[in-house]
Amino acid sequence: MTYSDLSRPMRELIESHGRPEREVYLDHENSGLIIPEALEAMIGAYREGGRGHPSITHRIGWISYQSLYEATSAISAALNCDTNELVHTHGGTEANNLAIIGSAMMEPRSRRKILLSSIEHLSVIFPAEWLGRYGFKVIKIPVDREGFIDLDTLSREVDKDTLMVSVAAVNHEIGTIQDLKAVGDIVKDRDEGVLIHTDACDALGRIPIDVKRLGVDLASFSSHKVYGPKGVGALYVKEGVKLEPILQGQLSTQKLWPGVENIPGIMGFSKALEMMHKHLDEYTKRMAKLRDRLIDGIMERVSHAVLNGPRGERRSPDNVNISFLYCEGEALTVELSMMGIYVSSGSACTSRVLEPSHVLLSIGRRYEEAHGSLLMKISPYNSDMEIDYVLEALPGAVDRIRSLSPIKP
Amino acid sequence: MEMSSRVPLTYSRKVLELFRNPKNLGKMEEANAEAMAGSLACGDMIAIYLKVEDGTERILDAKFESYGCAANIAAASTLTEMVKGKTLEEAWRISWRDISEDLGGLPSVKFHCGVLAVGAMRRAVRAYYKDKPQSEWLPKELTPEERQALEEEKLMEILERRVERIKAEG
Repeated sequence: MTYSDLSRPMRELIESHGRPEREVYLDHENSGLIIPEALEAMIGAYREGGRGHPSITHRIGWISYQSLYEATSAISAALNCDTNELVHTHGGTEANNLAIIGSAMMEPRSRRKILLSSIEHLSVIFPAEWLGRYGFKVIKIPVDREGFIDLDTLSREVDKDTLMVSVAAVNHEIGTIQDLKAVGDIVKDRDEGVLIHTDACDALGRIPIDVKRLGVDLASFSSHKVYGPKGVGALYVKEGVKLEPILQGQLSTQKLWPGVENIPGIMGFSKALEMMHKHLDEYTKRMAKLRDRLIDGIMERVSHAVLNGPRGERRSPDNVNISFLYCEGEALTVELSMMGIYVSSGSACTSRVLEPSHVLLSIGRRYEEAHGSLLMKISPYNSDMEIDYVLEALPGAVDRIRSLSPIKP
Repeated sequence: MEMSSRVPLTYSRKVLELFRNPKNLGKMEEANAEAMAGSLACGDMIAIYLKVEDGTERILDAKFESYGCAANIAAASTLTEMVKGKTLEEAWRISWRDISEDLGGLPSVKFHCGVLAVGAMRRAVRAYYKDKPQSEWLPKELTPEERQALEEEKLMEILERRVERIKAEG
């Protein structure tokens, strides 16, 4: 099947679904809104500052360079790194690939062991496993029932053969905020030469991020996770850390990323990050309040529901992930979609493969618990009234899906 | 990588309609043939209930219950519509492709929903003949649809046991 084959049935599906009167978007895990100021910055960039090629010597090139430089400086300043330590990428996935494959290619003969937590995003797990086919050894470090990495196992596994350790600052599915400082201390204590990478895509805009204080060598970021444009991301590469480019096409050996920078996108990212950081304290407090209202409200109203991930301060303020037993997650997302509530699920059915979320299985959830999971991510733009509507609609939706099943609670 | 991996699942009007308003939903108390296929662990489970007229072996009524995605629910619902009025032998011949066609085409990753619905129905047919003399047309060997249901169930058992073992060790 191709895009064109799907065009007609997709249009039909959208038509027969119809547009619900009331809509609440809670699928910020999979992207969604864009901060209006970021969109304005992008439109402006397409009209003026970002039109040209930033490495070309003429007026338009200079203007483009200046726009790119200003956006890069703003992003670097927000992360507390130097502009030379920031590599623009096509998103978080590419940043993770560059961090892992780029550092492995740099040291092809010595260190060949890569350590990951078992709940990393697939854009960390897959490049590592891909390297595994070329002689690298990949070890997944287990996590506890709330998703916190087992520091003892990590400490035991770090040795002189270890190339890197990769642990996400905030887990993308269950919102676990890792103690990266502890991870760094343990790893560097065992061997100073081990690189520490963090996928910080889901941390940015949710917890204060300062790459120096995190004590990492590499950190991946994604623009759309801070409500900027899609297709834009960045990799922090600490000064002195050497990577091989994973995309070729550049004369200069200084650059890790060939091609023309997406200047309007980078300007949008920069603006979105600026807005998020400007209001970080206010936004995270508001999101955490909505999160707790949503979690408590669901637990009160729906039976046989289990929260996935930790509670309180150690959980990302935007993350709600709940498993509903005897209720298949994909059917529930379609049911909620027809009520105008947009969420996602860790069910195998939504993922096009017949395996449910590896994150939920890693924290000890059974298969049926993973199939019945619902992931809702709050943005600072969601309101109390929207949460009220979800709490009003969700119990009925779960009941309806449960009523179809041959096995009932 | 093919492009299709980058597009969402699309459902036909009919799948969405049957998901919204399933036909023949519910347990049937007076069923004289019933069976289940799949499991909660696979995220896919279909129960089929048939009321069969003895002698003519005609299906007078059919109902279903389903745990699964929208396609799974629609597949089971449409199957029950298709078998009503048919003899067991005619019903047996329904394939997952017939179900997919009747639904206006299932996405390829959802073909197994049709397979599971047929698997459950064929198990129900076998259940009907359990205490009766075997019909000549009924194959002795399991058909691919029944085998697939069985394989899915077994695979999940193995995976579940593996998870349990890892948990016990961890």
